[in-house]
Amino acid sequence: MLETNTNPMVVSMGPHHPSMHGVLRLIVTLDGENVLDIEPVVGYLHRGMEKIAENRTVVQYLPYVTRWDYLATMFTEAITVNAPEKLANIEIPKRASYIRVIMLELSRIASHLLWLGPFMADIGAQTPFFYIFREREMVYDLFESATGMRMMHNYFRVGGVAVDLPYGWVDKCLDFCDYFLPKIDEYEQLITNNPIFLKRVKDLGVITKEEAINWGLSGPMLRGSGIKWDLRKLDQYEVYDEIDWSVMYEDSGDCLARYIVRVNEMRESVKIIQQALKALPGGPYENLEARRIYYGRKSEWNNFEYQFIGKKPSPTFKIPQQEHYVRVEAPKGELGVFIMGDESLFPWRFRIRPPGFINLQILPNLLQGRKLADIMTILGSVDIIMGEVDR
Amino acid sequence: MVNLDLQEGFIQLLDNFGLSVTFAKALWVPLPILVVVIFAFLGVLVIVWLERKISAGVQQRIGPEYAGPLGFLQPVADGVKLLVKEDIIPAKGDPILFTLGPAIVVIPVFLAYLIVPFGQNLIITDLNIGLFFWISVSSVAPVGLLMAGYGSNNKYAFLGGLRAVAQSISYEIPLSVCVLAICLLSNSLSTIEIVEKQSTYGLLSWNIWRQPIGFIAFLISALAECERLPFDLPEAEEELVAGYQTEYTGMKFALFYVGSYVNLLVSSLFVTVLYLGGWECPIPVSVICNFFNITEGAPIIQVILAFLGISFTLFKTYLFIFLAVLTRWTLPRVRIDQLLDLGWKFLLPISLGNLLLTASLKIILI
Repeated sequence: MLETNTNPMVVSMGPHHPSMHGVLRLIVTLDGENVLDIEPVVGYLHRGMEKIAENRTVVQYLPYVTRWDYLATMFTEAITVNAPEKLANIEIPKRASYIRVIMLELSRIASHLLWLGPFMADIGAQTPFFYIFREREMVYDLFESATGMRMMHNYFRVGGVAVDLPYGWVDKCLDFCDYFLPKIDEYEQLITNNPIFLKRVKDLGVITKEEAINWGLSGPMLRGSGIKWDLRKLDQYEVYDEIDWSVMYEDSGDCLARYIVRVNEMRESVKIIQQALKALPGGPYENLEARRIYYGRKSEWNNFEYQFIGKKPSPTFKIPQQEHYVRVEAPKGELGVFIMGDESLFPWRFRIRPPGFINLQILPNLLQGRKLADIMTILGSVDIIMGEVDR
Repeated sequence: MVNLDLQEGFIQLLDNFGLSVTFAKALWVPLPILVVVIFAFLGVLVIVWLERKISAGVQQRIGPEYAGPLGFLQPVADGVKLLVKEDIIPAKGDPILFTLGPAIVVIPVFLAYLIVPFGQNLIITDLNIGLFFWISVSSVAPVGLLMAGYGSNNKYAFLGGLRAVAQSISYEIPLSVCVLAICLLSNSLSTIEIVEKQSTYGLLSWNIWRQPIGFIAFLISALAECERLPFDLPEAEEELVAGYQTEYTGMKFALFYVGSYVNLLVSSLFVTVLYLGGWECPIPVSVICNFFNITEGAPIIQVILAFLGISFTLFKTYLFIFLAVLTRWTLPRVRIDQLLDLGWKFLLPISLGNLLLTASLKIILI
């Protein structure tokens, strides 16, 4: 009997590969087109972010944190200021909290958009990439006008945000919300019911409920597996409780479920932004200075709740001698910081829990026995950013 | 009908100038080849420009703009750039296979032009095995792809080469079965006769109405044969970097590039010839001539008709190229197992069924 004996082929994909989302390296063992095994190698973008945090004050460190997850920049800033805030029990004005929520949700939209485009490009459809950039550009324009920067904003401060919203920003943001909702429908028309797309993502990379919990997944990876777990609801941080929105989840746990969860989350984000803009304490005014002066010293506009920053953060803000784990729901999952203070300016330990790094661990498990082309689909659906995986 | 015989005319012309007939014949020999190469290259330039402009339109961009009016010279600029680039042969590759690969891919595609008719006599050779020639010649290309993939000594290139071969083999069969059904209908393998069989009632007598299943199967297989999205697995950028082209630079890379576009042009031309009545007008010429009370045989009418024939062929062809470009920029890519499933489990059965249907109907009705 004729028997062909082929040796498996070992391909080192990355760190320079078009679809490795930065500098991820996968050592893939292939038997023809079938993936036998896969081993991710991380660390090509390691910059020692945690160590650097140990000799920086919060304000000094803030400009650097946007380089963790450079697509959901607001979240990295939020967690960096939330950690010392929670540790020192600093109260935040309502207005600042609302501004934070708006910025966070805009950032979530930007992040999900820049997940959608490359995900479709990984499957082979290049066109959605250009569509998502059209809308993401508008989010970044909003960021630019409010913070002065498109990506590396350095906007959050201990006790609030760096500056108030500029005049007219609220209207522009509402306009964006009205514009963006139909655009999500447009993406769905192009993508969701496409038979080739469905064939590529349906029943692929299935994660069961138990697996998702056991692997410590979070974010859309977890919600795609049918678990209604969203830290915005659970931890009730900022003002998410005052807004009417729901957690999006899907039961099937495949790549399609993760896609649907993310697309629906964009819709929910728009809903949150619209409500937050309407409920913004003090209304859409810049700084409220004129009103403050007009109504005199006793005016209600001098109230704590209407400020964009509770107290200017002192450059010598000391982190109390305590330890605490603080987390927010970033677009990729649970972004946490374990902070230890020792009554000095610098944190004694600043451990970052990046969602991408922990979500990435399940990858070899999902890929064994799949086809070569599925590597890109599943990796795309995990949504990793090497900046935060390697830190 | 007056026959416009270009070869006779050319030799006659030179003979009148006082050159010997044999010398004139020798002069004639390279001419058709030259014409094929030049027109194929022009076609490629137009398709490349169209692809860039259409994709720009689909993606809400502007596309090439500065090189010439509307960026029309952009493909030329690209070509010149590739022409002057350094030619790199991988140190541990197989230089002979590596160099031969692109040539073997490109030459058969150009050869297929020999039997494409643009008019009653506007064909280089009216072979009586016409379509068979195209099918046999185009199945040489995968060998070149495999050589390129193997000779590159690169795992991505090797996988790309293997994919290309698997894809070509599995889609050639439904393609030829579809062609076979057409041949049954027209009792001939010659492209000229196939077109003439479709000329009786203008638009209504085109094969697309008689072979709708075959038409769709042919279209899908042709797209797959051209390795274009959704079937561009051999060069899937996100998976295999650039497939078998990974290690290629300069002119060799350009040859692959030209080859794939020429192949697209040839496939679209064959869609036109086989299913859309080739050079025929949608309304029969005799009807128009009767309407205007002119005789069909007048020399001036013959010239106009030849011109119209070329225009109609190109128009129909570019319609399909437009379709292919639009498909490429709209759809995601299929996976290799889905691709082979589609080829073997869907296209092959329906094209065989189509052939059976055609044959049995032919026996019953004629």
